[in-house]
Amino acid sequence: MKTVSLTIDGNKVTASEGDKVLWAALDNGIYIPNLCALRDAAEPAAACRLCFIEVEGCSKPVTACTEPVQEGMVVNTKGANALRLARTGFELLMASHPVDCAHCASNGVCELQIIARHLSIKLKSKRFRKLLRELPIDSSSPEFVYDPNKCVLCGRCVWICRERLGIGALGFAYRGFKRMVTTFGGEPIAESSCHGCDECVLACPTGALTLKDQHGGVSRAQRQKDPQPTAP
Amino acid sequence: MKAAELPTIVSTFRDIKDRAESHWRELRDNSKAVIMVGTATCGRAAGAMEVLKALRDEVKKRNLDCPVIEVGCMGHCYSEPNVTITKPGYPPICYAHVNPVIAERLIKEFILGDDPCLEFVLAAAEENDLVPSFSDFPRAQYEKKVVLKNCGQIDPQQIEHYIAHGGYAALSKALQMRPEDIIDEVKRSGLRGRGGAGFPTGQKWETCRYAAGRSKYIICNGDEGDPGAFMDRAIIESDPHSVLEGMIIAGYAVGARYGYIYVRAEYPLAVHRAEIALRQAQKLNLLGKNILGSDFSFDIKTFQGSGAFVCGEETALIESLEGKPGLPYNRPPYPATRGLNGKPTVINNVKTLASICHIIENGAEWFASIGTDGSKGTAVFALAGKVVNTGLAEVPMGTTLRQVIFDVGSGIPNGKRFKAVQIGGPSGGCLPESALDLPIDFDSLTDAGAMMGSGGMIVLDEDDCMVEIARYFLEFTQRESCGKCTFCRLGTKQMLEVLDEITKGKGRIEDIDMLMELAQDIKAGSLCGLGKTAPNPVLTTLRHFRDEYEAHILEGRCPALMCADLITYYIIPEKCERSCDACVGTCTVEAISPNKQRIKVIDQEKCVKCGTCLTACPPQYNAVIKVSPPSEVPAPKKGKTRK
Ligand SMILES: Cc1cc2nc3c(=O)[nH]c(=O)nc-3n(C[C@H](O)[C@H](O)[C@H](O)COP(=O)(O)O)c2cc1C
Ligand code: FES
Repeated sequence: MKTVSLTIDGNKVTASEGDKVLWAALDNGIYIPNLCALRDAAEPAAACRLCFIEVEGCSKPVTACTEPVQEGMVVNTKGANALRLARTGFELLMASHPVDCAHCASNGVCELQIIARHLSIKLKSKRFRKLLRELPIDSSSPEFVYDPNKCVLCGRCVWICRERLGIGALGFAYRGFKRMVTTFGGEPIAESSCHGCDECVLACPTGALTLKDQHGGVSRAQRQKDPQPTAP
Repeated sequence: MKAAELPTIVSTFRDIKDRAESHWRELRDNSKAVIMVGTATCGRAAGAMEVLKALRDEVKKRNLDCPVIEVGCMGHCYSEPNVTITKPGYPPICYAHVNPVIAERLIKEFILGDDPCLEFVLAAAEENDLVPSFSDFPRAQYEKKVVLKNCGQIDPQQIEHYIAHGGYAALSKALQMRPEDIIDEVKRSGLRGRGGAGFPTGQKWETCRYAAGRSKYIICNGDEGDPGAFMDRAIIESDPHSVLEGMIIAGYAVGARYGYIYVRAEYPLAVHRAEIALRQAQKLNLLGKNILGSDFSFDIKTFQGSGAFVCGEETALIESLEGKPGLPYNRPPYPATRGLNGKPTVINNVKTLASICHIIENGAEWFASIGTDGSKGTAVFALAGKVVNTGLAEVPMGTTLRQVIFDVGSGIPNGKRFKAVQIGGPSGGCLPESALDLPIDFDSLTDAGAMMGSGGMIVLDEDDCMVEIARYFLEFTQRESCGKCTFCRLGTKQMLEVLDEITKGKGRIEDIDMLMELAQDIKAGSLCGLGKTAPNPVLTTLRHFRDEYEAHILEGRCPALMCADLITYYIIPEKCERSCDACVGTCTVEAISPNKQRIKVIDQEKCVKCGTCLTACPPQYNAVIKVSPPSEVPAPKKGKTRK
């Protein structure tokens, strides 16, 4: 495959032609906040809107997960306009996220904490109203607990379960603010087609899906299996 | 087309046209009267089907040789049901607000007798000495019917009517041209997409034509989800063949084999009429294999969407056509290079496609001579809200908003004052009086913070609260957001929350800056056009009516007296008539009772602000008023109220 060279934050890097800037950056140890990107997905979901970057010659920030690399391209992941969008997007997510890290099984490995640190913003948004959905928690599975309130709708679990494993126990339902990840007809996970393979739990960037044993926590080691490279 | 096929196309079409013309002549050119009833959805809502039945019953009962046919919408929706009678010796006369009783009289007195019942006349369709005609209306000076030319003039369920009025001649002509010349013609005409964004149509077709891939598609976007818009529905219901013809020409120009008409399922009549039109066009080989004997084949199907606003967005529409949930995806690739089933796809609005036959027939120069530098041709608007002549209007681009609202629409009813015009639907914005002299075109409206949109135009008067209007549209987009991307799902929800608080008098002055900042970010950060435009109603009202926001926040006052939480109903004692009890009886919660002097007083504790008393109070007293903020209500005079 042909490779192209580009500059990201002043670093010269190379990437395969057709690759997206997000992967080129992550592969070279340059972190760009992201939640919904999946390297093996046919098309980027471009849903979380956190991966904004600035590209020389483009007047507006673009999402790194959809932007193909180009020879000689100059990318800035720290531009003011890109960071402003990423911060607002992240604050919006956090304004609808029950922030209770001390009691959350994902404390310490949560990607939201990593992103907050990267963007230097607080987990608790001051700017926006707290808008929670107060949905029931599903602990019917013998393996894991699903708390939809902590879900950021990145879609990794849905993709793994559906596209990679071909099980399809999880999917998206409803529209707008009510959109959520759930089972067919909203039945408890234990009664769904779930095999209990836990792959979704490993993919979840937040505390929405957590294992029942070892106090629910997913260890860092387990996270490594996660398809998603996280922060440096 | 190969040279050998040209004579076949010409002669095949000539035969079709001859037959259609003799069909039309039979209907219109002899000595009998013809009655046309407007039975598009607007007519039906006003009772046109009852009128149609009454007319047909009467004709049958009296054994008259007088065809009663259905036609589409003439655009005068404010005066539906409309009936047009053409009787030898008279100009064609259009009647307004016809009901079954009037229908019977028209038959008895005009068809059988010689009294054209002038008391029911809207106007004559031609100039004459007897009755004023449509051309005497002030709006005639501004209107120019291109896309709406046939609407209300022909029976949309009879292809012969369309052909006799010049229909499918453009297709016959196009099939004799080279596809690249058609694209060139469309490019030179300056036609820009009527779906909202105004993308140059010729350029889109060219991209699709030269995109790699053998199978290609044409999609007609008839989703029309904007509240208050009904242009596309009216066109499909009134003149479906003009849309089909545009699609077939598009198919030939880009090299597509199949087309889809995407219409929302809430438009059953449009779907029905489009399907009739498809069958009739197939029968005459204007659709199907080897159209008119050429080597071009094209088929069209209808597809019913389930009515989500976001499904009007082209990528969501394509997902929906493919049987998936209607969620937008990232562009590029644009549909013109990779669309339906991954194949190059042209997706155009109903009005864009309906303009094509006129461009091919009359030439690019003719089309380009109408309109402004950057926006050619005409604009079709659905006038709604506080305007006298609600209905459809087609004017050349460059006509001012004032001319459309005050001359075509005849201004604001009930002597009220104009406040703003909401243009472009939920993606558009509210423009104030100072923008009224703006020439309407894609660029000027975008510069003003609004958007051409698909043609919805809602007129607002002094009784409309601009904060509430912004809240209403945001509530709509928020509800219609697919929820896929963060900015649209959560950002619009945050904005709505703040606007809710402001209309309830609980806003904070810092909220205004927060709204503006968040609005900018939602526009820049959203995945699809829905989110990218959703903040426009808020941004334009903040820009032009910031004082109203401030009045709500700082004074707890709604200047338009519309926000229920910020108003109180009050009966002015000096105006209240002792002997009248109109309000007392109508109050739904028994909150009104007379005091010792028999002056009525509202118990504010009980009042639910339904406004019934204000309507009930006879106009000669006009004693009930709305007061904002509620604290402005004078303290009740001493003296006990009597039970
Ligand atoms: C939320 C949203 C709703 C839309 N709804 C419609 C619609 O109802 N009808 C339409 O023709 N275009 C609609 N569009 C625009 C389409 O995406 C597309 O641009 C258009 O159909 C292209 O046709 P045109 O080039 O003829 O304008 C909508 C866009 C967005 C973002
Ligand atoms: S990672 Fe790019 S939008 Fe989510």
